[in-house]
Amino acid sequence: MSERMTGAQALVRSLELEGVTTLFGYPGGVALPIFDALYDSAQVHVLLPRHEQAAVHAADGYARVTGKPGVVLVTSGPGATNTITGLANAYMDSVPMVVFTAQVAQSVLGTDAFQESDITGITLPITKHSYLVRNPDDLAETIREAFLIATTGRPGPVLIDVPVDVSKAEFDFVWPEHVNLPGYKPTVRGHIKQIKQAAALIAEARKPLLYVGGGVLASGGWKELKELAELMQLPVATTLMGKGAFPEDHYLSIGMPGMHGAKYTNFAITDTDLLIAVGVRFDDRVTGKLSAFAAKARVIHIDVDPAEIGKNKTVDMPVVGDAKQVLAGLVAELRKADAEPRTEGWMNAIDDWRRQFPLHYLHNTEEIMPEFAIETIQRITRDRKRVITTEVGQHQMWACQYIHVTEPRTWCSSGGLGTMGFGFPAAIGAQLGAPDHLVIDIAGDGSIQMNSQEMATAAINGLPVKVVVLNNGYLGMVRQWQELFYGHRYSSSTLAQDCPDFVKLADAYGWKGYRVSDPALLEATLREAFDAEGPAIIDVRVVREECVYPMVAPGGSIDEMLGGVPGGPVSDMLDDDLIKEVWE
Amino acid sequence: MKHTLSVLVENRAGVLTRVTSLFARRGFNIDSLAVGPTEDPTLSRITIVVSAEDTPVEQITKQLHKLINVIKIQDLHPAESIDRELVLFKVNAAPERRHEIIEIANVFRAKIIDVGRNSLTIEATGASDKLQAMEDLFRGYGIKELARTGKIALSRGSRDS
Ligand SMILES: Cc1ncc(C[n+]2csc(CCOP(=O)(O)OP(=O)(O)O)c2C)c(N)n1
Repeated sequence: MSERMTGAQALVRSLELEGVTTLFGYPGGVALPIFDALYDSAQVHVLLPRHEQAAVHAADGYARVTGKPGVVLVTSGPGATNTITGLANAYMDSVPMVVFTAQVAQSVLGTDAFQESDITGITLPITKHSYLVRNPDDLAETIREAFLIATTGRPGPVLIDVPVDVSKAEFDFVWPEHVNLPGYKPTVRGHIKQIKQAAALIAEARKPLLYVGGGVLASGGWKELKELAELMQLPVATTLMGKGAFPEDHYLSIGMPGMHGAKYTNFAITDTDLLIAVGVRFDDRVTGKLSAFAAKARVIHIDVDPAEIGKNKTVDMPVVGDAKQVLAGLVAELRKADAEPRTEGWMNAIDDWRRQFPLHYLHNTEEIMPEFAIETIQRITRDRKRVITTEVGQHQMWACQYIHVTEPRTWCSSGGLGTMGFGFPAAIGAQLGAPDHLVIDIAGDGSIQMNSQEMATAAINGLPVKVVVLNNGYLGMVRQWQELFYGHRYSSSTLAQDCPDFVKLADAYGWKGYRVSDPALLEATLREAFDAEGPAIIDVRVVREECVYPMVAPGGSIDEMLGGVPGGPVSDMLDDDLIKEVWE
Repeated sequence: MKHTLSVLVENRAGVLTRVTSLFARRGFNIDSLAVGPTEDPTLSRITIVVSAEDTPVEQITKQLHKLINVIKIQDLHPAESIDRELVLFKVNAAPERRHEIIEIANVFRAKIIDVGRNSLTIEATGASDKLQAMEDLFRGYGIKELARTGKIALSRGSRDS
């Protein structure tokens, strides 16, 4: 059955048929036919941000929280190029997304027409797939394919470039019954023989360890992960991307591994005899020096993307498949074999390290320690339905250390790309996706200024997000590296704590604004802001020159950490020889 | 180590760019590249020759598999495949030396396809070593211009049937 309509109407109809209810859009010349068609949609609600980059990050936050693909529509040229950071971010973190870019008419394509950019060419390496639609007859099929590709296998962003003549053309719309993608067949079910062998390895290991990442969240496999961990009493380290895949208040949770992981987490990975890697990609921020990472262990690697297996680390037992299905398969095999947990001694050893080398910082009654600020956020919101997003920098690492995520899909942080300016628009998208949650962006004073224009979006759309700025007047993480590795030469890393005045900025946008610098008033101020009706920003003046510890020097082995000795002054924590060794 | 990858792809705009940019991004140098339609007009075959170790080639093969328009990839082993390349040589040929050049062409079963006042153009097909031997011989006379198609390859019949 066909129906006469324009390409733009067909695009909107296709979105409706895909079940899209929220679209992040920013208009412009050649996108107008599509925006005009959207005006008639009762189903698709359009959120207008203040920058296209923010549109993509918001769609990203929405997708991470809901599990549904984020949908974006922008105009050609600058609208399209403004999406690039957002696309690269979503690609690195495997976030499902469909981004529509309007394009100049095909009659002038390739002539440097006004607001023309070769967006499919530019985004080739940062999209899972992309399309340039040449004919309205192809629109519906292309959109179906795009949603399928974005959301299955290893998820990722798909871009659809729509020339304006395609959106204006009238044609007979037909919704395709099937999609035909002969070259796209993700392996979802793990090979049963490999699952059996992996189960056997798990059953006999004395010091096994689960190292889990975003793949578990993408597959929705958190229940299966918990079953496996509890059945065999396996300690679980969750990466920055994996936070929420396993409750961090669980006694088997051992926190985040890697450059700023706790000592006990990294010691456990260094000592394990069986590393069960699930939905992770052995990122260098996690592994440090690869040859020393889990060097005593046999390695099981479960991933839906075969290209990840063996990419960085040699694997003894690969299992290509969806994390949820493979984990369920492992549980079934281990049950069948009546496998018994044998990790009591191992868990005791890890607990000893945990007691000996806890995360810690020096308390201060005069000034607010940044770690204290984040611990306070954790303490006063732990029992609420909440979503935490972060920007990138020191505050992000402290959030990883001190925010304990216990529910899946309640944590959004830019992992692979490390994008400053991600957290705030992501919080806006998250709030749209989880309207009944308290959504908090943990920010630095540098990062928040990369997308602070979105304060208008939150205000106008009644989105009560809270932004906690850990204001140290520095690009703190850069300053930390300069302190440690560049002889305290703070080249281009100094900001100004008073500029902008975040309270006045709040006022300008109709937000609530708070400032706090007294540790004794911190909790009350945060509580008031979190309970306030609309959006609020809290300017938390923190100790300016605090460093994130422990720290593995770049390229170092993860069991050789700087800092993190309880009670010691920072200068004592630094091992100068180690710094020299790594840098010279 | 040379690898000959035979990549079957959907015959669509932009597919060649997707494939080659994967090699470029990983710093691979492509020795030769040949593309054309297959027995099925909706499919094309791209034959790529690269010099690289086995491990990076395995990784790039996995990455190629991730491209939505890539249907099948074979890393063709020389013993189990046949390959051919076509070369055109335009060789300096003063009238008194023409017969020598024609003789060389005959030995290699190559064809003279154009005769100029001071040059001969020769078409040759074959495996790389044979074409290389011809090139070396013609160099003695002076090669004015040379064009090669890039290698195309198929697995040997015994493998499929
Ligand atoms: C878009 C972007 N530009 C530059 C960087 C490099 N960078 C990483 S952390 C950082 C400093 C972040 O400062 P701030 O947001 O104030 O957070 P802090 O480290 O002080 O907590 C910079 C510049 C980045 N990650 N992203």
